[in-house]
Amino acid sequence: MRDSTLKYLLVMPAVLVVFATAIWPLIEAARLSFTVGRLNRPGSLDQYLGWENYTWAFFEEPAFWNSVWVTGVYTVVTVGLTTICALGLALLLAPGGRLRSSAQTLLILPFAMSPALIGVSFRFMFNPEFGLFDAFFGVLIPPLADVSWLADPQLAFAVVVMADVWGWIPFLTLVLIGGLASVPRDTVEAAQVDGASGWRVFRDITLPQLAPVLAVVIILKSIFSLKTFDQVFMLTNGGPGTATQTLSHYIYFNGMKYGQIGYSASVAWLMVIPMIFLTYAYAKFVFRKNDP
Amino acid sequence: MTGKQRKQFWSTIHAVLILVAMFIMLVPIVWIFLAAFKTHVDVYQLKLFFTPTLENFGIVFDDPYRLGEKLFNSTIVAFFTVLFAIPIATLAAYSFSRFSLRGETMMLVTILATQFVPAVVIILPFFVMFRDMGLLDTRLGLILVNLAIVMPFAIWMIKGFIDGIPMDTEEAAMVDGSSRLQVIRNIVLPMAAPGLLTSAIFCFIIAWNEFLFALILTNKQAVTLPIGLALFKGEEGDLWNLLSAAGIIIMAPMFVLALAIRKYFVQGMTMGAVR
Repeated sequence: MRDSTLKYLLVMPAVLVVFATAIWPLIEAARLSFTVGRLNRPGSLDQYLGWENYTWAFFEEPAFWNSVWVTGVYTVVTVGLTTICALGLALLLAPGGRLRSSAQTLLILPFAMSPALIGVSFRFMFNPEFGLFDAFFGVLIPPLADVSWLADPQLAFAVVVMADVWGWIPFLTLVLIGGLASVPRDTVEAAQVDGASGWRVFRDITLPQLAPVLAVVIILKSIFSLKTFDQVFMLTNGGPGTATQTLSHYIYFNGMKYGQIGYSASVAWLMVIPMIFLTYAYAKFVFRKNDP
Repeated sequence: MTGKQRKQFWSTIHAVLILVAMFIMLVPIVWIFLAAFKTHVDVYQLKLFFTPTLENFGIVFDDPYRLGEKLFNSTIVAFFTVLFAIPIATLAAYSFSRFSLRGETMMLVTILATQFVPAVVIILPFFVMFRDMGLLDTRLGLILVNLAIVMPFAIWMIKGFIDGIPMDTEEAAMVDGSSRLQVIRNIVLPMAAPGLLTSAIFCFIIAWNEFLFALILTNKQAVTLPIGLALFKGEEGDLWNLLSAAGIIIMAPMFVLALAIRKYFVQGMTMGAVR
């Protein structure tokens, strides 16, 4: 067989699978978002409704805006905190040595943990009676000694954030260690010989060199933060009330618990839009690296 | 302080900071490991020293929890997801790596982008379709949707590995009269084998930890381990000793697998955006 035919045959199965498992659902979700779409009402999945699901979300549903707000704050806070913590840890580990290699090995572990299990683990750690982190915080910050973390809207949000940051620090740290390794040593040493302070070296040499890698991890982390579901479901199930209800959770709840497939599909599509921008930005980095 | 003393001081601080960070990262995991060996009395106290017991592991596999069934489901689902994904991804990755295709960039970007589609969007249409086809609560259904999250990683990761294999051997074999398919089978596959295994393990971990699809599609027969965690919410609250035992069963095998491929984890997650 000629290569010119074969090369398309080889990608065919993969393209079909990707189409069937990702592209088709997107199109079908878009179609559903314009229907009445009630799970318990036969035929309603084909009953055209126009833009009503969307206008309902925008104008009649404070819960939708609440989940947009929760997701937005959650994304900004988790991306910021994870990046800062990971950068700090990467800088600590960058010089190398025995501690670094064992630390790098250990950092793989949280990464291989199911996010659902991370949620469970943090519910355990913040249990008001026998949670270990609860006890830590109680000693460190006395006003927090007797709080019931997951019953308070703000604190529950904080716990969800901490679980997420904890789970993602390892990945970001490992990426940033790789990025730091590519900062030229000579330049850093030359600056140190010239008497530049540690902070100056970091700000003027390390940080600009690290910028592309930082951009990649920030985009990637933003995407994963926007999608967050597993930990939220296991930790707080969106509560108390709707204090930690992210968009994914809101969509799940409306679609699966209330059977409003059409409505939840419209919210799901609203969520896809920021993803498109982030993916575009991400793809630019991937292809800049891959093309010589 | 002399210069030497100061240097020593800072390197001590440095080491301490690393140890504190590692401690924070490990505590939640260690705590689960400890709790899994505590009795249901000890687990409700902040105890570091206790008489370890193995009874929790017996209980979770017994009625009514039957974690063994979930373990079986998780294994089958993750295994077959990988078994379907890797060969399909390998063929595509080879083609993307060695040829230039019309619309190649667009295809690669689309494949990359599908990784970012929120799982909750993908699952709504699948739920409706599987309900009509009777595929709800089946392992087959779960395997099919898991392909959605695994395929982009597999294709990109394997492409990275094949990109790293020099083309000379292939070209020499072609000159000697081998066909392209023979070259793929006899030269590329053996050379890419470690990379394929790495990608397979990576995808296995993703499929094993998958939560949302299993939550929505399964309720009895095909329940996987992460969903099984919900079993241990009793009337009187969470049964932490059992949750922890189940937690170990979920995470320990993945720790072993992840450590085996630790060098490639970052590459896999970022799809070559950082090297």
